[in-house]
Parts: sequence; structure tokens; C-alpha cells
Amino acid sequence: MSAAENKTNGIPKIGVYVCHCGINIAGKVNVPEAVEFAAKLPNVAVAREYKFMCSDPGQEIIQNDIREGLINRVVVASCSPLMHETTFRTAMAAGGGNPFLFQMANIREHVSWVTPDKPAGTQKAKALIAAAVERVARHVPLEKTRVPVNPDVLIVGGGIAGIHAALTIANAGKKVYLVEKEPTIGGHMAKFDKTFPTLDCSACILTPKMSSVRAHPNITLWTYSEVVGVEGFVGNFRIQVKRKPRYVDEDLCVGCLECIESCVYKKGRISDEFNVGLSKRKPIYVPFPQATPLVAVIDPESCAELKTGKCKKPCMDACEPKAINFKQTEEIKEVSAGAIILATGFRTFDAARVKRYGYGKYPNVYTSLEVERLVNAAGPTGGEVIMSNGEKPKKVGIVHCVGSRDAHTNKYCSRVCCMYSLKLAHLIKERTGAEIYNFYIDMRTPGKGYEEFYDRLLQEDVHFIRGRVAEISDWTMTPEEEGKLIIRAEDTLVGAVRRIPVDMVVLSVGLEPRADADEVRRLFNISCSHEGWFLERHPKLAPVSTFTEGVYLAGACQGPKDIPDSVAQAGAAAAEALALIDKGHVELEPNTAFIREEFCSGCKTCLMLCPYSAISFNSEKNTAEVNGALCKGCGTCVAACPSGALQQNLFTDEQIYCEIKGVVNYV
Amino acid sequence: MSDKDTNQKPFEPRIVAFFCNWCTYTAADLAGTARMTYAPNVRVIRVMCSGRLDPQFILTALRQGADGVLIGGCHPGDCHYQEGNYKALRRFTLLKRLLREMGIEDERVQLEWIAASEGDKVQKVINRITEDVRRLGPLHLEPEALDRATEALLPDQTPAVAEGGAL
Repeated sequence: MSAAENKTNGIPKIGVYVCHCGINIAGKVNVPEAVEFAAKLPNVAVAREYKFMCSDPGQEIIQNDIREGLINRVVVASCSPLMHETTFRTAMAAGGGNPFLFQMANIREHVSWVTPDKPAGTQKAKALIAAAVERVARHVPLEKTRVPVNPDVLIVGGGIAGIHAALTIANAGKKVYLVEKEPTIGGHMAKFDKTFPTLDCSACILTPKMSSVRAHPNITLWTYSEVVGVEGFVGNFRIQVKRKPRYVDEDLCVGCLECIESCVYKKGRISDEFNVGLSKRKPIYVPFPQATPLVAVIDPESCAELKTGKCKKPCMDACEPKAINFKQTEEIKEVSAGAIILATGFRTFDAARVKRYGYGKYPNVYTSLEVERLVNAAGPTGGEVIMSNGEKPKKVGIVHCVGSRDAHTNKYCSRVCCMYSLKLAHLIKERTGAEIYNFYIDMRTPGKGYEEFYDRLLQEDVHFIRGRVAEISDWTMTPEEEGKLIIRAEDTLVGAVRRIPVDMVVLSVGLEPRADADEVRRLFNISCSHEGWFLERHPKLAPVSTFTEGVYLAGACQGPKDIPDSVAQAGAAAAEALALIDKGHVELEPNTAFIREEFCSGCKTCLMLCPYSAISFNSEKNTAEVNGALCKGCGTCVAACPSGALQQNLFTDEQIYCEIKGVVNYV
Repeated sequence: MSDKDTNQKPFEPRIVAFFCNWCTYTAADLAGTARMTYAPNVRVIRVMCSGRLDPQFILTALRQGADGVLIGGCHPGDCHYQEGNYKALRRFTLLKRLLREMGIEDERVQLEWIAASEGDKVQKVINRITEDVRRLGPLHLEPEALDRATEALLPDQTPAVAEGGAL
């Protein structure tokens, strides 16, 4: 196609810039050869190479060529457009060009890094450059559209990450909706007794933050609630929240707990979720004394009134403010928000999956979370570490890496187990004076003050045995082992298999994505990593952003994290959200669909295909119409249009046909 | 039309891939970042969604000289645009019938769901399609037959577009 045909776009004068990226590209692509090739391609006015195109001097080269009138379109052959497209578009605009007369050829991620053979890499790079040159000649100048941003923020998950993010944003004067699935906020941190390595009392540092959330005028706290629908896009999300009935009016309940006292259940009979099943609760309960909001909740599964309708309802009589309401029903609230922060957290690994460790079989094999509750002064035993028979253990074995660093369960390191194992070793020793054995594969203590804490434990006469535990059983060989649990492990430092009899075993379980993580990510339209953790946009450069603009990640939903890291990331997510909403508007990619009315036959094929209802039918003109504000630029309608009337900015049929031609025809 | 020089060099298949921006293109980037080497025969064209794929793109690629076409989209249920990948699948299924009519072997045009985290799958799929197409040999298309098929699919479309349209 000759340049003369591009009447509307001016005569293309294309500048091609091939980046060395140090040796990242130059090591596997013969850059001078590629430049020489590019110079001969149609419409190419300038072809240059540079060591680092994304650097300031690299961008300056492009800008100078534009200013001097040598070029009006740019191809940069370097890394992925997902990495630096914005960089170069911005540079073009700064140089006085239209940022959309630009195309990137990905010769690093898609060529030099994956092609061992240099001549083959060079060939492939040339093909991609040719495709970009063919394509960019058909680009037209475009402008980004601006849409206003709703300044409210939705935060999903009320653990420490969600709490910190909510307070940060609320303190900045913005309105926050904090949605938590459980009847209280606090998350896992609320279950811990102490935090490593400082041995700070977990509740002492968490409770004030929970109260601040409840009291903050800018925070709307919805516990016992779930997000069930998300529509819209960055700056303009519409979210449906299901508020489950508590059967207790949140506004009326004063938290006196008289209702719980008076329940027809004289004693708790239902397994208490907060104490991970180590105690029983009543059908009407508060999860723990510092629960926020301190409002009772009635479990419909066990409440006699809700199940049979035949209860005397003494709770209603006991409740002075008349807060109990058995007629409460589920409510769907709709809110709007400009940004969303996901802080949905994790679950602990189910220790029963590793059968050889005997969890569920031997009553004195506990998980670490259970022991967290045992050592907690507010826990089921008032902080006493006692076994199922009520006695204190004399010997305790702590098994690291349960469900972590194992090809049969999770390959990854769960990042917190070493440290919390050390903490539990210290706390159990403090409470019981027991002899403690830590079975570890590697000791991983990377964090401020963590290694020092490990040193301290070494001095506290805790035994450390390096080697993965093979089996835990009650199969005894000697009279001393009678009645004990035997931990069999190879001591890799000694080079021998050891049998250690103990009274109690603590399985340091790893962290896993929540069971419903998949549903959540689909709801919010984000991706997951292989393991199921929510995927960040870039592990180094955009660790709290996702591929869905306006949706950010905080805490352990993104991967195993300890409290300081969760809080730091929550702060980062809050800052990203604030940066977005404080700007007041978002610029949308102009890659939207548009219609060429003269070609539209009014067949309506496109109408049903649009997932955003962005296409409507104008019966006067007998043509379809695209609402550019609603269109997200998938191009599904464009592909379907039988007359080619629908086109997509940046992805027109013509541009793609030319790209196809370029990618196969020159090399 | 391309007329590859197959007499002198061993046959190296030329494969065009259409990858969606959100999952498969990102996965290909990940394969790069992780330095997972693979056959250099597949050349990627990025589209926002596999739903953008007009069957004519595939025919055009074959006509322009590609020996195979690979389509990569998000896993079912994971489409960034809700269900563009399902729409791509439907079109792909219909197109396969047409390709068979034209005598184009199934392995030459493949569709794969590859999530953003599946860099290893990009490597595997690209190596596989390269081997599949290498085994089949070059695609010797009768240009007229292809023209007829293209016309049958969407009359009058290609010439209009080839002229550049009224953008």
C-alpha cells in the first residue's frame, strides 16, 4: 500500500528504534542487522539503535527526530508493550507527536529472552519490526477520553490489611465502604496472642485500630456481608453487597450480651469458629469479647426459633433495647466506588491432608492456629497450654513446613511459619516449661529483628533438628515411649534417623488462598497466580495493582505475608487508590469500538454480543450506535460485524491485516 | 503471495499467533521474563481479546504465507471482557469446518486457553504447534481456492478493507 493512500493521516514517516536493552536484546538479536533491515521497510524514514531506549537519552532521540520533522510515527523495538508502551507514548507526546501513532515490537520477552539461537532470534525480531512498521503506517491520531472518578473506595476484607487501608483512606478524608464476610473485623490477627518478633500483644495493637474503624465517620462498616456483584470500570464501579441477617439490629444492640446469657441453650453446643473448634458457643453469640462491631449474631443453623419457630425466645425478653428481630431478612445494598481494594486474606493449610502427621487421628496433634488460641489469654483455656486430658505437656514437638515446600501439597514457602513456630516455641516454654523440639527444613527469618529473635530462641534451650519429619505415630518401641507421640525424622545435621517421644505436637501449617478465592477473583475480574493467589500487575513495579484498573490488592490475598508486610502493602494499596481518586478523573484508552454508519446495514448482530451494553440501535437511522464511555475495547462486536461497519480504534481490521502481512511477508 | 524458499533450507514453519492482551500475551511475557526458551517460529500479534478475532484474520494469515495459526485466550470463565473467549471458541469451531473443507489440516490452526500465570504453557504450546506444523510441511494453498473460501465467508469484505477504508 502506498503512502499516498493514507490521506487522513499525513504521509507516514516512520522512525524505527531498536533497543539493545544492554545485552538483554543485543545478546540474542543482531541489532545492527535489524536496523539495516528496518531502514529498507516501506515508509521508514529513520532507523536507529540505542543501548537503552527507555532511558531519558533514548526517549530524547525519538523526541528530537519528531521535532526536526524527520518522523511522525514511531516504532520502538524493545520490551513488552505492557512494560513501556506508556513510557514511549508519553515521550512522543512530549516531543509534539500524537502518542497513538506509535507501535511497539516486543523483541525482548517474545524474542531475545526465549530464543537461544541468535540468527533465529534476529529473524524473528525482524518479522516483528516489519509487522509494527506495516501497522503503524495505518494508525490514526487519537485522544484519550476523560471520565470523572467517584471518590469513594470499597475495601473487601476486614483483616489487618483491610483495616489499615480503610483507616488510611478514611483519614485522608475519603469515604470508605469496608465489607467483611465474618460477623466481626479483625481477621486472623485477632486470633493471635503475641506477634513476632517483638512479642507485642496482638489484641493490644489491633483492638484500637478496630475501634477506630467502627468510630470513623468516613467508614461505613458492613460485617457479615459479601460483595455479590461488581459492574462498571475504573473510577466508576457499582457494587452490590449482600448483608446477611444477623437477627440483631446493629443500630439498637448495645453489646451487653444479656441475650447470650439468657439463651435457652444453657451451655454452648456449637463448635466455635473463632476458637477453631476448641470451644463451644451458643446459637446467639459474639465471636470474641473485642469483636467489632460488638453486636450479637444469631446462627440460623442452630437457633431453635429460626429452625423450628418454637422457642420461648428468652433472648428477646432479656434484650432491653429490643434489638433482636427474627424477621430480619437478607438485604442487597448497592454502592458506587471509584476504586476497590481486595484484602480477602488467606486460609491455613488443612493439616489433615498430610495423613502421616496424624492430625485428626491423635488428639494431641494440634495445628499452629489452634495453639495460637491455646496460648491466648482470651482463648478457650485462658492462656493455659493444656492437652486434651487437661495436663500440661512436658515435651512438645513443632513441625515446620506442613503443607509448604512440598511437591505433594504446596511448593512455595509460606513465609511466616518459621517465625511463628519460634514464637510459639517461646510462648509454650514460657507457659509450660516444656522441652521443645523444632523440626525444620531451613530456618527462614528474613525481616527486621527476625534473625535476632531466632538467636534468642537458640539461647532459650529450644532444640532444633534439621530434617523433614517423616511420620508422627503412637507406635512405641521402648517403655519410655509408652503413651507418647513419636516423631520420626531424619536429622540431616547428624545424618541419622531419630525418634523423639513428645506429649504434644504442633503442626506449623502453611498459608493457602481462601477456598472462595476463585469466585472472588472472577467477581472482580482479576487473575490468579499458579498457586491461586491474586496476581499483581507486576511483581516488582506494580505489586499492589492488578490487570483490572482501579482494583488493588492488600495483604495475604496476594501471597503469604506477615503482619508488617500486610500493613505496608495495605498502605501502598491505599496510596494507589488515593492517587487515583484524588486526580479526579481517569484517562481511558481510546481503543473503543466505533461505527462507520455508511456501512451499517442495521442487522443488529453486534447488539447481543456487547458484554457492556455499549451498543444500541438507532431506529431512525437504522444503524447501530456505540457509546464510547461504556465500551471497554474488547472488539468482539468488530469481529462479528458482517459488513465491516464496526471498527476498533488501535485495532482496526486494516491495522491487523497489515500486521499479519508484516509478520509473515518480509522475513 | 509468499513463496518460501523451501528447496535450499530445511523447512521452518511460519506461524502467526493471536494472543489476547490480558491472559495469553501476559503469559508469553512471563515465559520471557522466566527465560523459558522455545521455538522461534511463532510470531505474536496482540489483540485486546480473543473475541476480536475475525475468522478472516486466520485465513489472511494462511493466505499471506503462514503455515499455521495459534490463537490464545483466557481460560473459560476468566475472560477480561466476561465471555469474549466463548465467542472466539464458537467462531473457531465454525472456521475449523471451513478449513477442513479446504483441505487444511486441523493441527495447523489451534486454539489454546492460557492464563497470565502459565508461562510454561506458552512454551509447551508453541513448541507443540511448531512440531505439528513442521510434520505437516509447508502449507501449499491454491490462492484461488482460498479466495473463494474467503468470499464465501464474508462477501466483499476483503477488497474494501484492503483499500484502507474510510478511517
